[in-house]
Amino acid sequence: MITFILRRTCLALVVVLTVMTLAFVLTRLSGDLAISIAGPGSTQADVEVIRKAYGLDRPVLVQFYDWTRLALTGDFGSSFFFKDKVATLIAQRMPVTLSLGFVGLALALSISLPLGILAALYENTWIDRTATMLAMIGQAMPSFWLGLLLMIVFGLQLGWLPISGTGSWEHYVMPGIVLAFTAIPALTRLMRSGMIDALSSDYIRTARAKGLSRSSIIFKHALRNAAIPVVSIAAVQLGFMLGGSIVIETVFALHGVGYLAWESISKNDFPVVQAVVLVLASLYIGLTLVSDILNALLDPRLRGA
Amino acid sequence: MSAILEVEGLAVRFGPTQAVRHAHFTVHQGETHCIVGESGCGKSVTSLAIMNLLARNGHRHAQKIIFAGEDIQAYSDRQMEEIRGNRMAMIFQEPMTSLNPSYTIGSQLTEVLRRHRNVSQAEAEARAMALMARVGITAPAMRLRQYPHQLSGGLRQRVMIAMALMCEPELLIADEPTTALDVTVQAQILRLLAELKQELGLGILLITHDLGIVARVADHVSVMYAGEVIESGRTADLFARPAHPYTRGLIDCVPVPGKIKAGEPLGSIPGTVPVMKEGFQGCAFRFRCASATDACTQDVPRHEIGAQHHVLCHHPVTDKGSRA
Amino acid sequence: MPRLTQASFVIGLGIVGVVLIAALFGPWLSGHDAFAQDLNARLIPPVWMEGGSTKHLLGTDQLGRDYLTRLLYGARISLFIGVLTVITSGVIGTSLGVLGGFYGGRIDDAVLFLITCRLSIPVVLVALAVVGLIGSSLTLVVATLGLLLWDRFAVVARATTMQIRSLDYVNAAWCSGSSPLAIMRDEILPNIASHLMVVCTLEIALAILLEASLSFLGLGVPPPLPSWGLMIAEGKDYMFFSAWVIMIPGLALFTLVLGINLVGDGLRRAFGTQVIK
Repeated sequence: MITFILRRTCLALVVVLTVMTLAFVLTRLSGDLAISIAGPGSTQADVEVIRKAYGLDRPVLVQFYDWTRLALTGDFGSSFFFKDKVATLIAQRMPVTLSLGFVGLALALSISLPLGILAALYENTWIDRTATMLAMIGQAMPSFWLGLLLMIVFGLQLGWLPISGTGSWEHYVMPGIVLAFTAIPALTRLMRSGMIDALSSDYIRTARAKGLSRSSIIFKHALRNAAIPVVSIAAVQLGFMLGGSIVIETVFALHGVGYLAWESISKNDFPVVQAVVLVLASLYIGLTLVSDILNALLDPRLRGA
Repeated sequence: MSAILEVEGLAVRFGPTQAVRHAHFTVHQGETHCIVGESGCGKSVTSLAIMNLLARNGHRHAQKIIFAGEDIQAYSDRQMEEIRGNRMAMIFQEPMTSLNPSYTIGSQLTEVLRRHRNVSQAEAEARAMALMARVGITAPAMRLRQYPHQLSGGLRQRVMIAMALMCEPELLIADEPTTALDVTVQAQILRLLAELKQELGLGILLITHDLGIVARVADHVSVMYAGEVIESGRTADLFARPAHPYTRGLIDCVPVPGKIKAGEPLGSIPGTVPVMKEGFQGCAFRFRCASATDACTQDVPRHEIGAQHHVLCHHPVTDKGSRA
Repeated sequence: MPRLTQASFVIGLGIVGVVLIAALFGPWLSGHDAFAQDLNARLIPPVWMEGGSTKHLLGTDQLGRDYLTRLLYGARISLFIGVLTVITSGVIGTSLGVLGGFYGGRIDDAVLFLITCRLSIPVVLVALAVVGLIGSSLTLVVATLGLLLWDRFAVVARATTMQIRSLDYVNAAWCSGSSPLAIMRDEILPNIASHLMVVCTLEIALAILLEASLSFLGLGVPPPLPSWGLMIAEGKDYMFFSAWVIMIPGLALFTLVLGINLVGDGLRRAFGTQVIK
């Protein structure tokens, strides 16, 4: 178990380093960063000043080495646009994104788990078909469009919720619903197939032969086994959701990390962009690691290994 | 000896497929009744049908299924739950997968007793440990805290047996309990079942495809073919005077040391078991039977050819070697 | 092969067929130019609403361009991007997956590592960053999405290759002296093609959705091209007064993606493909 955790952690670290390289390369794709930063209408002299000021005149490898070295200590340099430390900016915005992520995940789980279980219990009936259809619809729904629809209905017509911005908990309701929608189809399917597998297993037949009640069979014996992969996938889903929150934060002008990334991309603020890519990727990597360990802890067969 | 289970005219259907047609047998207290047949002949389905544990697409119908004097056909799900694991228990062929991997042995053992009896967890654990010791599990206190994957197949099957005995059932249904086990473990488990039958006065319904097992443990045998019990009788009678051509064929397939000559092929039954569809008439064995006639396309009567010896055949073999 | 006659599959096929025909011929038949502005006829509602006219069946946008024509043109863009992206990502992912599954060992470790890295990259964010830093164009969107969406191809190609690499017909090919490349091309690829088909449909749907998201955020297809995502973005400012400006392209997008997914799901059931992320 300890070696397993160590091995997985080492792998995660190598992946983080690879993603760091990618994030760095990504921001150099546009050609001459100094020109982009200086913006249109700037003179050659302006560009040279900027080049010097941001250390862009040094060899690329030196820049990469410096960035990596500092990034590993949590220093991502300064934003061009916000004139602030990138790390500070991200730290300020992160709580919003994390809150959104957790609201989204909680909503997604509270809808998809019962739905998946019901679909499995009533396999091939109208309940199952409805759940499958709902998952299909959720998968095809463009999240930004769903966001706009919710705004029109709940924000404008019913007037229940604020249309956009950050401030109170109400601001998280609609974005949370939209974010949940992106995870519900996958989680529902997984819960359904896991539950169907569990219910047709030999140990469920044993449980029935023991005369256990239906609820004990479903909730104690089947669900426990079917839930193990779902719990671990939920952690991975949270990673996906944090990475995907950029669209939703932008639609609802929710000032989280995703919104920050969008602003920075529009302003060519590359230190922020590469830092956000790195932070969100690291979060995802960390969550997959948690998911693997969780999986091993929940399953007695893996626990001893 | 009183009958604990009487099954008459049991039929099970999965969609259009007729898995069991005329199952007919009686299990007595303190007796092992074997159902023997090829794979796919409906013997496992028969056992599940008695417990009412058929898959959702399975439908059972019977003239009677009398358990301890009461017809349980009309029992509600609730009533069946109360009997299962309590008065009639079951063990299965696959000990590796029949225990829930997520719970300890102890929790799975005590669960069944606490479901049916009003006992404390401590009392249930005490009973579990006593039974584990009885079925030959060493260090029961330690095993109680272990998970199924930490036990070997033989141990798991012993756990299954202990679990089945937790509530002192009157009937134990064992569906190929030793098929997945090593030969030595097989013998130990069979001996254990025989001892328990003596000690507890259990009625055991043992499903198997192995005539060797039948000869060793059975008091009574029912032979199944294509969903029908085609012959039923006391083990000694049935082996000495098999009346159905299929039973004879089966017995001829078993190599007996000293009785067959080297180089001589073993007996075999030509052909394969047909799949039964709804509305099938007559004897299902007629396509493979040497003595089949036109009469065999008609429904077959049940002949009483000796004490507790029935056969389902138009042309039963009355005396060894000669045909009626 | 299980039946492909399931209602949902047929419906999906119908949707995709209609959109395909509309995308191919629609822009010519609508009688309008998708780019011609008419500032005197801005935001005319669709024909069934008050103030609509039969001249513009689905009304006009904020610049007076015929909405139906733009919608049909947008179908072209969606399908174009979806298909081209999947060709790119399919080639990358399948090559990696087959290589890893076929050779195993170190090569497979490397492929698995690449898949792990790819999965940890937030797709939308990186795609936005690339387009934002380089400048939006159709080609760039296709290239970026193509380079990002190969993971599922790799996973499925790898798993299915592993299942068949030691089967008799592959061994027979070895014995007859075929080169590894020839075996992968002639024995492996045709036999995993059905599973790759399933991934293709699901990925086309995903690419279309992503393109719409990028365009919606202003970093996808550049205006004045009528991408559905861009149409929704442009209509956003008017949606509180005239909800139809976002309803029409949104519904089109939703329906097309649903249709493709239904087809993919039907194929998945028929071929028994495992596509779990």
